[in-house]
Amino acid sequence: MKFTINWLKDYLKTDASLAQIVEAMTMAGLEVEEVIDPAAKLGAFSVAKIIKAEQHPNADKLRVCQVETNLGKLEIVCGAPNARAGLTTIFAPLGTCIPSNGMELVAKPVRGVVSNGMMCSYEELCIEGDSSGIIELPNELEIGTPAAEALGLNDAVIDFEVTPNRPDWLGVNSIARELAASSLGEFQDRNIITHKGAFDCPIKVTIEAKDACPQFAGRLVRGVKNGPSPKWLQNRLLAIGLRPINALVDITNFISYDRARPLHVYDAKKLQGNICVRYGKVGETFEGLDGNVHEVSTSMCAITDDSGAIGLGGVLGGASTGCDEATTDVFIECAFFEALGIFQTGRATGIQSDAKYRFERGVDPDFVIGGIEFATQMVLELCGGEASNLEIASAAPSLPQNIIFPITELKRLTGIDLNASQIGEILGKLGFTAKDSGNGNLDIGVPSWRGDCKLAADIVEDIARIYGFDKLPLATLSAPKNRQLISSDKSRFNIARRALASLGYNEAVTWSFVSKEAAVLFGANSQDNSLALANPISDELAIMRPSGLINLISAAGRNINRGLTNVALFEAAPIYLSDEPDGQKTVIAGIVTGSQRHFSGKKEADIYSVQADLMAVLAAMGIPTGGLMMQNGASTHWHPGRAGSLKMGSKILAAEYGQIHPRVCEKLGVKQAVFGFEIFVDNLPQAKQKPTKARAKLELSPFMPLSRDFAFLLPRENAAAELVRVIANVDKNLISNVQVFDNYQGHGVPDSMTSLALEVTIAPKLQTLSDVEIEALSTKIISAATKIGATLRT
Amino acid sequence: MTIDIDKLEAALFAQLADAQTEAALEELRVSALGKKGSVSELLKGMGAMSPEDRQVFGPKINGLKNALNDAINAKKVILADAALDARLLAERIDATLPAFPRFMGKIHPIMQVFEEVAVIFADMGFTVKEGPDIEDDFHNFTALNFPEKHPARDMHDTFFFEKNSDGVAKLLRTHTSPVQIRTMLNEKPPIRIVAPGRTYRCDSDQTHTPMFHQIEGLVIEEGVHMGHLKGVLMEFLARFFEVETAAVRFRPHHFPFTEPSAEVDVRCDRSGRELKIGTGDDWLEILGCGMVHPNVLRQCGIDPEIHQGFAFGLGIDRLAMLKYGIPDLRDMFNSDVRWLEHFGFEPFVSPNLATGLSR
Repeated sequence: MKFTINWLKDYLKTDASLAQIVEAMTMAGLEVEEVIDPAAKLGAFSVAKIIKAEQHPNADKLRVCQVETNLGKLEIVCGAPNARAGLTTIFAPLGTCIPSNGMELVAKPVRGVVSNGMMCSYEELCIEGDSSGIIELPNELEIGTPAAEALGLNDAVIDFEVTPNRPDWLGVNSIARELAASSLGEFQDRNIITHKGAFDCPIKVTIEAKDACPQFAGRLVRGVKNGPSPKWLQNRLLAIGLRPINALVDITNFISYDRARPLHVYDAKKLQGNICVRYGKVGETFEGLDGNVHEVSTSMCAITDDSGAIGLGGVLGGASTGCDEATTDVFIECAFFEALGIFQTGRATGIQSDAKYRFERGVDPDFVIGGIEFATQMVLELCGGEASNLEIASAAPSLPQNIIFPITELKRLTGIDLNASQIGEILGKLGFTAKDSGNGNLDIGVPSWRGDCKLAADIVEDIARIYGFDKLPLATLSAPKNRQLISSDKSRFNIARRALASLGYNEAVTWSFVSKEAAVLFGANSQDNSLALANPISDELAIMRPSGLINLISAAGRNINRGLTNVALFEAAPIYLSDEPDGQKTVIAGIVTGSQRHFSGKKEADIYSVQADLMAVLAAMGIPTGGLMMQNGASTHWHPGRAGSLKMGSKILAAEYGQIHPRVCEKLGVKQAVFGFEIFVDNLPQAKQKPTKARAKLELSPFMPLSRDFAFLLPRENAAAELVRVIANVDKNLISNVQVFDNYQGHGVPDSMTSLALEVTIAPKLQTLSDVEIEALSTKIISAATKIGATLRT
Repeated sequence: MTIDIDKLEAALFAQLADAQTEAALEELRVSALGKKGSVSELLKGMGAMSPEDRQVFGPKINGLKNALNDAINAKKVILADAALDARLLAERIDATLPAFPRFMGKIHPIMQVFEEVAVIFADMGFTVKEGPDIEDDFHNFTALNFPEKHPARDMHDTFFFEKNSDGVAKLLRTHTSPVQIRTMLNEKPPIRIVAPGRTYRCDSDQTHTPMFHQIEGLVIEEGVHMGHLKGVLMEFLARFFEVETAAVRFRPHHFPFTEPSAEVDVRCDRSGRELKIGTGDDWLEILGCGMVHPNVLRQCGIDPEIHQGFAFGLGIDRLAMLKYGIPDLRDMFNSDVRWLEHFGFEPFVSPNLATGLSR
């Protein structure tokens, strides 16, 4: 919302400076976004008068002028055709920066004659106006008058944010009232006259759509002379960014900003018959003042005459009945439209208008008659004519209810302690009434323009706001009762992240959404749209991601394209498997790609390095990794022969790891091999809070551990991890470790088999084992291995 | 006899001095101390001596035997050491060849700041709560007192999902405030929580990203008012920016879910090249807050005439940018390794209040 200081001063008697006004607005909740002070850029310019103008000795088109300025009489060379003796114009002294080109004036000879300044055109000052020559001003202006004043531009414009609860701030009068309440001056309302009509309004109004339009006031003013509105009105509209059209239209725009009161004017001679406010009919259309043809649906409130729809009430007027310079009889509309209908019509049609903006937020329901009288007053003043009686259809819309306000409520919610009379005084300045209703309560009368005030809390806000948020007391919360505040699961999550960073992975934060194509690559159902955004920013950000790997692989691709071919990234963040709250899962995903040449040999990630990183992170999280089952194979976005899964039991998937499917990588823009892992954090056993943190007793065996080596042939499709696990489980009391120290396929080993050599560490706890006992254990190991398809190599 | 022994001793020790290899030493040992060695022969000859001679020559010969044995052993050690040194020297490699480095990754500034903020609020008695990113209209708007079909909802630039089979469109939460609702529906006062998380708005330009991060605070406790809110925020801001005090300015504002509502500015100094928080004459807008709206409490089954509380919401990305001098919001989400390594944090320094939040 924009307004000018002079406009504000119509309603506010104040000596406050621009800065004080801005500060008071900010502290009252009217957040100033921009202050445009045209006087600031015109500071150096002032009024001057040409005393004498003579032909330049060396140039046909130049004149040498003697000019009376605020700096005395100066000789100035000027090329403007209208530079003549007696002309009052605008002068810029040497050193001035010219707004149009940013150049600084210097004393430089022009064809041999030094010019001691410059006389300016409108264009040079970046102001609208006749720029065929220098500015021509009335003679009576005193020399030295600041240019901003002489040009009528000494009116600063303030642009501020109107919060949706305060539609009344879309009118200058309400802004003034706020500032008066903030002790910045005295509020003075306009004197709006009630006009007695000279005749009955010949245009009758009926309302069928009473839900959408409870009240409609109309009046005919005949014999008007429409044309350009006066300069002061045009200047005000221009200052706030509106284009002056003609006096009748400018009046409606003025009142829209002056009182947050939208109006409409019809050329009465173009109206056919009487006016009916009704819902649209199927197939009905009209041509709007915006030049477009709009459909008027059955849920939209239309203004109609005998010809059909001639406007969308409170949203947009029609072209067929618009006022122009030829208009002599004007029908003024001041109606009340309900916010909800306007909001929906605005949404359906996409129309943006000042009227729609105000009605959908709510206009003062008690200013229908006031609005039309104000408009009548301005029309008669600016366009002349003769007003009819008012034509009023239906009753006044409902007004805000009174609020019972417990005086203690202010202190309860804000800590500010004021008595009833202090409260009453503040509220009174805002237009409320406050009456003692006993039991420590006030009966608050809410002004008609404050439909946002419904509860005691709303009243608290107004009192505290005007009293001053800067006077809020300072208080401290009670000492915390709870000391176990960041959950063990959250701590574990953070430890995992820091462990991964310490392993060389950089942490990334990436979008929760990906392209549909990418989502499908990672297992999303291409038929299911429940996770697709209806209004995505782009196709790349269209659907909630089913995996944490997607964006990391794409990011690796972008880094590789910048020449950074070694990338290790991780992200600990959500994925989305359904649109229900429990469909959101937390994952920790990591990727690593690239190789580096080194004198000790090429260093590159592989499935085993990511497996090691994965196990290290799980261990850092405190997960007992011994209980996890490692299996070959993973989801389809992994390499079909080079990926594994970690499971808890047979079903719960704790993690996947390995090489990303090369086809998937390529689709995501990476041509080199990418390895990675994805931990499904929600599937991990929950972090347990132990009753005590004391460690278990340390049992050290006095007996030497010994080791035995075994070599097995294992079918290639079997998992080595299974063989290791089976052997370790043969006797958990004796076998402390099983290490695979050789894996061989080739000469001497059947094609379908792999040879695995294992070192089994046996750590007796109770006594040294005899050869017979060791032999018995070996036999058990071999037999267990045989059961899962392994055969001992002999 | 004495002369013979002395001669032999001199000859043997001369031989010892000449021996430069283990083999030469062994040869000497055999020739002198072996079964038929010169010293062994002398010892054997002692049986034939008179007791007097034996008393004189016995110690002498035995002394020679022991001395020679010790000397040979000592020289063996010296030679072995020398041999080892020579071998080790031959094994020399260049210790300055650059080893393959261990790489250390960095923690993302947003995640770092989440941890910092959680640590501060945890110390002030706030529990960390989380809620889903995919929300419904009720939790994101209706329960938060956004009027139905009102421009206030449009202002949120909401991402909607396609309508499901029931004709209902879910949405991506536009703020972390729905976690307030989920908490109040599930727990009874007193409540003191913060809710960090991802938030989304359909907006993308220099200063807006379609995804960003917030942390929400909610306190429902007997007797709390805006003064407590001010106290909590001042303490939080001072601790977060790691300054002595952080004066705040409350400006009236409007949020549908709080009444009264305020925007809060923190005192700052923009005069230098770097922004300084806590000192100076300027103000910097930092968060929105207010007393929980009675309609919100009522929606959650809490009687607003008995209970009251306050809520606040902070933009994590902005906090990170302000504290750590990060110039562009959009870079946060680009995963450019150079950026991550420059603005990221070492993993071994976890935020804590005793030793500082970061290094």
